[in-house]
Amino acid sequence: MWELRIAEAGRRCGPEHAEAARVLLLHTAGADAPALARVYRQGTADERRAVLEALPHLVDGPEALPIVEDALRTNDTRLVAAAVGPYAARHLDAHNWRHAVLKCLFTGVPVDSVADLPRRARADAELARMLDDYAAERRAADRPVPHDLYRVLDLTGHPATPTGTGAPDSVTDPTAPDGKES
Amino acid sequence: MRIFDPHIHMTSRTTDDYEAMYAAGVRAVVEPAFWLGQPRTSPASFLDYFDALLGWEPFRAAQYGIAHHCTIALNPKEANDPRCVPVLDELPRYLVKDHVVAVGEIGYDSMTPAEDTALATQLQLAADHGLPALVHTPHRDKLAGLRRTLDVVRESALPVEHVLIDHLNETTVKEAKDGGCWLGFSVYPDTKMDEERMVAVLEEYGPEKVLVNSAADWGKSDPLKTRKVADALLKAGFTEDDVDRVLWRNPVAFYGLSGRLDLDVAGTDATHEGNSILRGVPKTATPEA
Repeated sequence: MWELRIAEAGRRCGPEHAEAARVLLLHTAGADAPALARVYRQGTADERRAVLEALPHLVDGPEALPIVEDALRTNDTRLVAAAVGPYAARHLDAHNWRHAVLKCLFTGVPVDSVADLPRRARADAELARMLDDYAAERRAADRPVPHDLYRVLDLTGHPATPTGTGAPDSVTDPTAPDGKES
Repeated sequence: MRIFDPHIHMTSRTTDDYEAMYAAGVRAVVEPAFWLGQPRTSPASFLDYFDALLGWEPFRAAQYGIAHHCTIALNPKEANDPRCVPVLDELPRYLVKDHVVAVGEIGYDSMTPAEDTALATQLQLAADHGLPALVHTPHRDKLAGLRRTLDVVRESALPVEHVLIDHLNETTVKEAKDGGCWLGFSVYPDTKMDEERMVAVLEEYGPEKVLVNSAADWGKSDPLKTRKVADALLKAGFTEDDVDRVLWRNPVAFYGLSGRLDLDVAGTDATHEGNSILRGVPKTATPEA
């Protein structure tokens, strides 16, 4: 019955309260990883986002990671933003976490959405290299480098390079990612 | 001018179309579930499609300021394939969802016994879920198909005022109107209706319960036909209020019967944490497929 309530939360509570209602329903039902996976699999984008929001409070271990990985494969920025929350910060392996950060930069999701960003970015030389390469690619195409890229690079503690992230004048439009993901 | 396209298969259209539709005044669309051109062979193929109509497609529409809703059903063509029919068992869990505003497209294609069963079953599902139904009329043997459709609707638990009969034309509009249904017209480049004939039908029958759509899909079709009809109506002497009634208020009233219409796209999907995703500056691509 509570799964029906999740489906109809928008029209019962109004679209502005639907997500909060869905998250509360998941909490009240004490949804475990299999239940969350089921609601996510059968859910609309709105319902899936609620599952991602509730996830870090309902599952301790890594068993719900397939949900996060699915959301990170989408091109729906609402899902991508919800996927990089505290659960991903706790459990996503380094490779997939770096790609998630890069995907945020690609699709215009503010890196403020990435939970625990300073801790996970700290001293991550591989992430710094990926950011640097991405900046070089943008500059080669005469496209602006997202401001968020420099913020994350700062957090890695690695300096910008002349060919990649070196030129400060390339910091232009923070909302101008390339966005093409496939 | 505000336009609601009550029947358009955006899955088959490019993101450029959303941009052009917004520029033409389109602010809301309903995408009915239908076939893909290539026949499906299993229910799983339907489920991914339904999920796209409730996930990716509304997101893509919201990027261009267009509210997207859908209708869900087993279409009549594929109701004839026994491999696809089990998808009927999956429909109830979709019909409870927000943004599903009708059961559809249902109706007849070749008027087979399998189509009879699918149509009656899904009219009952609509009644059970408090949803109206979008019923298309067949391309072949249209008038006979309309009459048989009206008979099945009258025998169903769904009130006839909760049924939109689509793909109407000069030969079928009178009986559909006399039957008490909402009246849908698809305006296509070469087949179905065109702008001038649409004007003539509205001059004869009036704007009451009339909806005009582009039904644009992967065929030769035009997602801006709604706007072109609006312009033709104004040119023919219809008032702006008439045009607003046909191209906005009538579809809002019909799909509003679901109680699930949410036309405030800017307040929900188009923003993320206050950061508008309606980016349109040149050289700033939006997320796309």
